[in-house]
Amino acid sequence: MSLRALDRRSWVFLGLLFIIVVAVPLANLATAPGSWAHLPSFAVSLFGKYLCYALLAVALDLVWGYCGILSLGHGAFFALGGYAMGMHLMREIGPRGVYGDPVLPDFMVFLNWDHLPWFWHGFDMFWFALAMTMIVPGVLAFVFGWLAFRSRVTGVYLSIITQALTYALMLAFFRNEMGFGGNNGLTDFKDVLGFDLQSDATRAGLFVLSGLALALGFILCRVIVTSKAGKVLVAVRDAESRTRFLGYRVESYKLFVFTVSAMLAGLAGALYTPQVGIINPSEFSPANSIEIVIMVALGGRGTLVGAALGAIVVGAANTLLTGWFPDFWLFVLGGLFVAVTLFMPRGILGVFDRGGPVRPGAPAGLALRRKEA
Amino acid sequence: MTRLHRLIILAVLCLGITSTASTAAVADEISLREIAAGFVDANFSGVSETAQALAETGDPAAAVILQALREGRLHWMKSDEALLIADRDGREMRLFDLFSEEPAGTARRRDLSKVTVNNAIRNQVDGLIGGLTLLSPDPEARRSAVTAVFERRDPAFLETLDQAIEQEEDARLRALMEEARAAILLADDGAPLEARLAAVATIEARGGQDALSTLAAALSEDAPPALVDAAAEARAAVEARLKMWGYAQNVWQGLSLGSVLLLAAIGLAITFGVMGVINMAHGELVMLGAYTTFFVQEIIRTSAPGLFEWSLLIALPLAFLVSGGVGVLIERGVVRWLYGRPLETLLATWGISLILQQTVRTIFGPNNREVGNPDWMSGAMHLGELTITYNRLWIIVFALAVFALLLLVLRHTPIGLQMRAVTQNRAMAADMGVRTGWVDAMTFGLGAGVAGLAGVALSQIDNVSPNLGQSYIVDSFMVVVFGGAGNLWGALAGAFTLGIANKFLEPVAGAVLAKILVLVFIILFIQKRPRGLFAVRGRAVEA
Repeated sequence: MSLRALDRRSWVFLGLLFIIVVAVPLANLATAPGSWAHLPSFAVSLFGKYLCYALLAVALDLVWGYCGILSLGHGAFFALGGYAMGMHLMREIGPRGVYGDPVLPDFMVFLNWDHLPWFWHGFDMFWFALAMTMIVPGVLAFVFGWLAFRSRVTGVYLSIITQALTYALMLAFFRNEMGFGGNNGLTDFKDVLGFDLQSDATRAGLFVLSGLALALGFILCRVIVTSKAGKVLVAVRDAESRTRFLGYRVESYKLFVFTVSAMLAGLAGALYTPQVGIINPSEFSPANSIEIVIMVALGGRGTLVGAALGAIVVGAANTLLTGWFPDFWLFVLGGLFVAVTLFMPRGILGVFDRGGPVRPGAPAGLALRRKEA
Repeated sequence: MTRLHRLIILAVLCLGITSTASTAAVADEISLREIAAGFVDANFSGVSETAQALAETGDPAAAVILQALREGRLHWMKSDEALLIADRDGREMRLFDLFSEEPAGTARRRDLSKVTVNNAIRNQVDGLIGGLTLLSPDPEARRSAVTAVFERRDPAFLETLDQAIEQEEDARLRALMEEARAAILLADDGAPLEARLAAVATIEARGGQDALSTLAAALSEDAPPALVDAAAEARAAVEARLKMWGYAQNVWQGLSLGSVLLLAAIGLAITFGVMGVINMAHGELVMLGAYTTFFVQEIIRTSAPGLFEWSLLIALPLAFLVSGGVGVLIERGVVRWLYGRPLETLLATWGISLILQQTVRTIFGPNNREVGNPDWMSGAMHLGELTITYNRLWIIVFALAVFALLLLVLRHTPIGLQMRAVTQNRAMAADMGVRTGWVDAMTFGLGAGVAGLAGVALSQIDNVSPNLGQSYIVDSFMVVVFGGAGNLWGALAGAFTLGIANKFLEPVAGAVLAKILVLVFIILFIQKRPRGLFAVRGRAVEA
């Protein structure tokens, strides 16, 4: 089934991803520092970060590109996953913290707390934390989606309340009383499952894992969108009322795909935290979430491959431009939003597709416009 | 000091004869000198006792000595132990007479010794001076004196206070004095019970935080039980009243926050509500208005400082034009190509907001900019226990004025009519000869211009920085979503409901949690009424 789900473009994407996942760690570990082929260690973590964003973008494309749900709060699911993993990493520091408390993380000692809050229990076990990175965003998305879709909040209204959701979470996580490190978030991690997070081998390992997660997440999304349910999702996107009148439970389809997407976003966040070394409330900021949207839009919504491509392009542009011209990046990003929506509604991949037959997976601009007008 | 003696002094004061020429005053001066001699070579408790004794003379001249003591200017000559007021002047000390305050030559520093005081004495002296200036001809001095007496509750002032009450002409000051008298009686175990019970009633009538603390602290341990009970009851009554004022303060702050939200959201209510266009750059248009105010004030500061009081009124039309102009550019350049595609509009305008932010950051720098308040915007007035700051008051008035003006424009002008026509049925309006493109641009420009007006107002209460707009965008969308798009009244109701709800939750839950609760409430509210409080009904909605 999964083989049938993958078209030629998917295979090209997976092949390229495989090459990157093999080549980047090799260029870092198997070459001597100073050689022309050597890739510095920070670059491995940086590329790993792009792969996490790519997975997040693929997850967003699943709901936006195929189901028409423009979530401006996907950064919240990502950050929740990141926090769940960060909580495990904090617990794993153990007595090596600045204050040397065997159980309490440093910031709790600093706040004079004498015991662990209830929601921190269990995070000393890796499997539990890993499960939570997907369960917490999944449950939040399920509850939120159930409320929103049931009362038929759609379109821009949905976008705005998803934005309010991530904004509210950001404010909440900024509070010290929440028990997630407040402003500073969680940081100062030492190791994961006994592997030193600073070592090159661990970084390479995390990079490979990110690549693997992206590949699996991509395949999962492909399976969903090429299944029969996937056809219904596209139908919901293009004509929601009509699909409902045909007898489909639109809410259930939306809820399913929204929850799956949030869980993938949580997984991406879980891989992001150890590679970046910090997770703090600014990950919840509405601007972050909307940046993910532009990644998807740039690559081409409703293509999945495009989302991953867009994430990597935007991420790389961000790194390079903020390095070269710090003042220039927001102009570029802002210009990108305008240019993509005005001139490239189908994104980079859409440009390649021009003239070709319109496939069911890609959003047909005309059909969209007619429906929403 | 005998009672008779004090009466004489008061009599003298009443006659207004305070000059040293009077024989009574001379006699007085001699006795004051005798008392003040206690300062010479005294330890702290000696200084304290002497100050108390001086104050009990009730003589305004004593106030001068005490003031000098308070300021550390009181010295004595080592040679003849004469007290003097001395100011340091280079290596020498300039001397002044203790009573006439006339220059009395100079002296070397080592010939003088200073009467030293500690903080306890300074506090004591502050209260004593308060008691002495009760009879001052200056009403402001009397007011601060009576406040000090109220707080100290020193029975020594009772007679001066009675005297002051008798001759006080200002009714409000006299009431304050009565209250101070009541506070003294309350604390004085020697006073008759009826007088003290009456005092409790007087202080209860005064109300406020200081009445509460007086009622709590003034009674000594061996006060009669009847009095203790009465004081407890009075405290309960005062607390209940304070609570009511607390609610009133919450409502006021809620109205104030609501007016800010209304200003930020009302332009959005036009672009989002009337046109159905999501303008994520709305916050940045507000920011442009604030920066216009800053710019206007800068120009006024450098070239016409006299106009500063008018700077806001000058900034208003300019801000409207700047933000409105940028709005029209956005509409013509970007938004019009995206009609019917709300999600794309959202993204494109978000991009524009980033560009505007960065432009302002590049031109004006990333830091907060100082925007001054004109005199009529600063200060506050008191209404019972309420503190009403003028800038907040003016912003409420301004928000309502803008709201009324917009209603008028939409309802009663040709352009308003065309706007509504295009909103309701674009094709039909076009057939009737309305230039829909032009109307779109004007509507968007109007919404943007109103954002600029909001920016002028917000510059008075918030930091003017490139991030100004971002901090309002989520809130103002919430207002429009809550109130219901497509209806200005919805924005009004939404803004004030959210503002007041926020301020009532704040004391219970804390500022951040209150905000979160309000957001959660809106998310839940949308479940019940997906189209807001004032939903537009009809076919257009489902299109």
